[in-house]
Amino acid sequence: MAFLKSFARNKGAVVGVVVLALVFVVAALADVIFPGTPWDMVAAPFMPPGEMDMLLGSDSLGRDVAAGIAHGARISLLVGAVSTVVALALGVSLGALAGYVGGVVDDLVMRFTEFFQTIPSFVLAILLVAIFTPTISSVVFAIAVVSWPPVARVVRAEFLSLRSREFVQAAEVLGKSRLSIVVGDILPNALSPIIVLSSLMVANAILLESALSFLGLGDPNLMTWGFLIGSGRSVIRLAWWMSVFPGVAIFLTVLALNLVGEGLSDALNPRLAGRRT
Amino acid sequence: MDPAKLPGFLAQRLVKAAIVVLAIVVCNFFLIHAAPGDPASVIAGQSGAADERFLQQLRTQFGLDQPLHVQLWIYVKGVLTLDLGFSHRQQMPVSTLIMDRLPATLLLTGAAFAFAITLGITLGTLAARRVGTWADSVITVLALTFYATPLFWVGLMLVLFFSVWLEWLPSFGMMSVGANLAGLALVLDVAKHLLLPALTLGLFYMAVYARLTRATMLEVADQDFVKTARAKGVPEGQVVRRHVLRNALLPVITFAGIQAGQLIGGSILVETVFAWPGIGRLAFEALLARDYPVLMGVFFATSVMVVLFNLLTDLLYAVVDPRVEVA
Amino acid sequence: MSLLRVEGLTVALPPGGDRPHAVEGIDLTVDPGEIVCVVGESGSGKSITANAVMGLLPKTLPRKAGRIWLGETELTAQSPEQLRALRGSRMAMIFQEPMTALNPLMRVGDQIAEALSVHGEKRRARDRVPELLAAVNLPDPAAIARAHPFRLSGGQRQRVMIAMALALEPALLIADEPTTALDVTTQMQILRLVREIQSRKGMGVMFITHDFGVVAEIADRVAVMQRGRIVEQGAAAEVLNNPRHDYTRALIAAVPHGAPGEARAAVATETVLEARGVAKTYTRGGWFGARALVKAVHDADFTLKRGETLGLVGESGSGKSTLARCVVDLVRPEAGQMLFHGQDLRPLSRSARKPFRKRIQMVFQDPYASLNPRRRVGEIIAEGPITHGEARERALDRARDLLRLVKLDDGAMDRFPHEFSGGQRQRIGIARALAMEPELLIADEPVSALDVSVQAQVLALLAEIRARLGLTMLFITHDLRVAAQVCDRIAVMQRGAIVEQGRTADVFGNPQHSYTRALLDSIPGRGWTPPTF
Repeated sequence: MAFLKSFARNKGAVVGVVVLALVFVVAALADVIFPGTPWDMVAAPFMPPGEMDMLLGSDSLGRDVAAGIAHGARISLLVGAVSTVVALALGVSLGALAGYVGGVVDDLVMRFTEFFQTIPSFVLAILLVAIFTPTISSVVFAIAVVSWPPVARVVRAEFLSLRSREFVQAAEVLGKSRLSIVVGDILPNALSPIIVLSSLMVANAILLESALSFLGLGDPNLMTWGFLIGSGRSVIRLAWWMSVFPGVAIFLTVLALNLVGEGLSDALNPRLAGRRT
Repeated sequence: MDPAKLPGFLAQRLVKAAIVVLAIVVCNFFLIHAAPGDPASVIAGQSGAADERFLQQLRTQFGLDQPLHVQLWIYVKGVLTLDLGFSHRQQMPVSTLIMDRLPATLLLTGAAFAFAITLGITLGTLAARRVGTWADSVITVLALTFYATPLFWVGLMLVLFFSVWLEWLPSFGMMSVGANLAGLALVLDVAKHLLLPALTLGLFYMAVYARLTRATMLEVADQDFVKTARAKGVPEGQVVRRHVLRNALLPVITFAGIQAGQLIGGSILVETVFAWPGIGRLAFEALLARDYPVLMGVFFATSVMVVLFNLLTDLLYAVVDPRVEVA
Repeated sequence: MSLLRVEGLTVALPPGGDRPHAVEGIDLTVDPGEIVCVVGESGSGKSITANAVMGLLPKTLPRKAGRIWLGETELTAQSPEQLRALRGSRMAMIFQEPMTALNPLMRVGDQIAEALSVHGEKRRARDRVPELLAAVNLPDPAAIARAHPFRLSGGQRQRVMIAMALALEPALLIADEPTTALDVTTQMQILRLVREIQSRKGMGVMFITHDFGVVAEIADRVAVMQRGRIVEQGAAAEVLNNPRHDYTRALIAAVPHGAPGEARAAVATETVLEARGVAKTYTRGGWFGARALVKAVHDADFTLKRGETLGLVGESGSGKSTLARCVVDLVRPEAGQMLFHGQDLRPLSRSARKPFRKRIQMVFQDPYASLNPRRRVGEIIAEGPITHGEARERALDRARDLLRLVKLDDGAMDRFPHEFSGGQRQRIGIARALAMEPELLIADEPVSALDVSVQAQVLALLAEIRARLGLTMLFITHDLRVAAQVCDRIAVMQRGAIVEQGRTADVFGNPQHSYTRALLDSIPGRGWTPPTF
């Protein structure tokens, strides 16, 4: 309850939740509002917004931009969520291992993590998707591969500091098993930064996915926001709406996720409230 | 750090950088082998219907019929002698392609970075100094906005606004085609072309640095030594400059190093949007043609750039922070 | 004419605090050439009073009423700029934490020079900086001036802070717990330094502390603060030996009296724990470059008989905590034997050690870090027995009993640690250890994070439990007065080795080792015997 209260005190976070809820509703009802596939030609090409029943205009092949955005919302949210879960699994396990075991293991894991942080992640993502042919799973895989290092670092730092905290030492002295100390004592206390980080990771994954599909590396069978912008790029002089509206959708979703992340951060670390940007 | 220890520190960091570069080469090698299908056709940059004799020649050249570690050795040896392979699409060595495009990318990323770090630190400092006021709110909202907007879309919107509607600035390329300018006129022409792409790339990182600077400034302002400075009667402006800002910039330097890879990744998008003739644009063209040797070459070249940049930030950090030791 | 005069000072607390005012109606004077100690427990408002004088109150704590004069100047009527000009020149301040009070990026000399240059004395800085560093008894002032703070020890940094404060020979020095973070021997050196400089320059000093020993050591006059008010004020000898106010009496009664407790029944001869040749060395440095070896523990043999309490005393870094942690395998010694009833614990695997976990338990130092913040108190206490196979219901029932034993309400069962005060949490920590029904209890600085009155309560509780359950105890502390009160025998540690051990009365009455003597000489206020009421 106290958590909800302090979360709600952050106006931006509340706005974020509302926007995010809207995006969810649109994604869920895409088939109801815009039946059929968004690839169907339903109007004359290049109809400006408002004409011929096209709320947000039509594209170069007469497809409904609004329908594309609604169906694209599903892919964005899906890719964002799944790749974040995969990256979290990877990052949390590696970070926990490094932080709890320490010593040589820590050194090795951290060198490995640093390596992944050094190489230009977007270039690697492009390379991965290009080599493994663009499908939704290769996109998710590529995003997860480039997103886990910050998680590993944060989790390691938390584990490292928690491991030397006296309540963890007390658990050792009580004779608890390693597993139950990690799962029962350390992890629950390391959760807040992980939760905050994951909302930002979903946002980043959505940005990455849109960038990949903008470059033509999206799953060719799926309508995505980045693809919409990419296809509108060459005709921006003719049909500005093709690029503008999908971009607004990405912006709002990513902004909302960031706002929610800040709200979570403030609510979970009351000491820092009002401090983070 | 003690200046006398700098050479040792530099040597140690160089060894570290070399290891990272080597690891990237190995990574590249395994990517070729992880790709579905025949590695030879990946190297050839063609899938499916490639000339069988040509593929056979590649197999011999890269020792693809030999054990994996021999192949790895051949590959690493090649890269270390700066042989990044051959683009059969463009009929040119990959290293030549990359070296031709490198200056444009360096210009773009350099300009964007300079813009981002200057404006970011300035705005972040301003927001922290006026925390809770309208100025802080405006800067915070601005930073958040650019933080949440896809780079390529910002580029498109700038094109739409400044090139299509206002017709103030060119929307693509690095210089006016066929104008044959020289001297100052050329510099001005390039600058005009550079403005929008650099702004596009820079705004996002400006937001990143502004947010970070604001947060660390507020954190440092709470520390004991700031109070010490006030207690000895140091004027407020000097407290901020000498004590708060100097300490707050340390994490910004670290972060700039970590972000270098992102900056270069971002340049691929920006160069694509603005048809900027750098290695990002090269990567996009290679992508369309599935020209894998070029893609791998770009990956290698950008990685080396990041490693070098990290070396630079490490050195800078060591000079600024006396606590850094040769670890 | 007083040097400092505070009249009716009231500072507001932000809404939602436990009281409306941080300090209320403070009247206080400091004369030239005298040291006035402001003493009180944490949260009593003593630091806020000091910051109000300096004009360094944060915006969240506005001054509501009252006036402050420094000599002829009314500080409370000055503009911020005028006040800034006075800070560092006519009044200066030193702080509690020397480790964080200096800018890590600036050379020490530059930081002192800055104090001079902001008051227009830039040209003198070159000569003055080494002079000042020499005046606070720092060796090789020129080298220290060029060093960055991280190269200096805590004591050295505090000397630098003092040098900086003295740069312009202020009339008033405010010292906010300047020795609390230091070891006893360093503390004594700093106290003597403050005394010496004060008498040489004839400064007035406002000295804030929570420690009556320090008061006895240094004060001319004392003001005792409780919950934002001054409850008693007077000459040091008068307040220390003949306190009037109940709160002052309670505080003084709680001061560990430094005399060994009443002789206890003869200790059994059965050995519970014996450390033989235990050694622990830490390696610093990574894969590259030179490694530094730190011998944390060596030459530290001791035996512990049934029912006995052995005190391990020493300063920070002496290895006392490391040695204690070797007993419970939180630190793995690389050599030696840790014999528990004759069985060597050191080579045991995690599972082979588990049965011994029940029999050896530990109480930790920091009550804010030693309880898992995400678990309810009942769970925390019952967790150990459940881990060792006791039925959950029974373990929780016993937890309830234990809460009563440590004098907490059993309503505490379902609450979280953050709902309790430091002293209460320490009781919970003790209950958690006792739930295992151990025969050996290791107490690692169990009271050093607590206020003096709470400290007395927790010590009394430990003494009571020890007597009732016949516990054997290894008691680690840096506070010799506490050790004297609690322990049957004392082992003095220095740089990883036990340099002297023996019966408490012998060690205190007739110390053999020079380090033990230095430690005993450093007990602040050792010439003062707290009165009994």
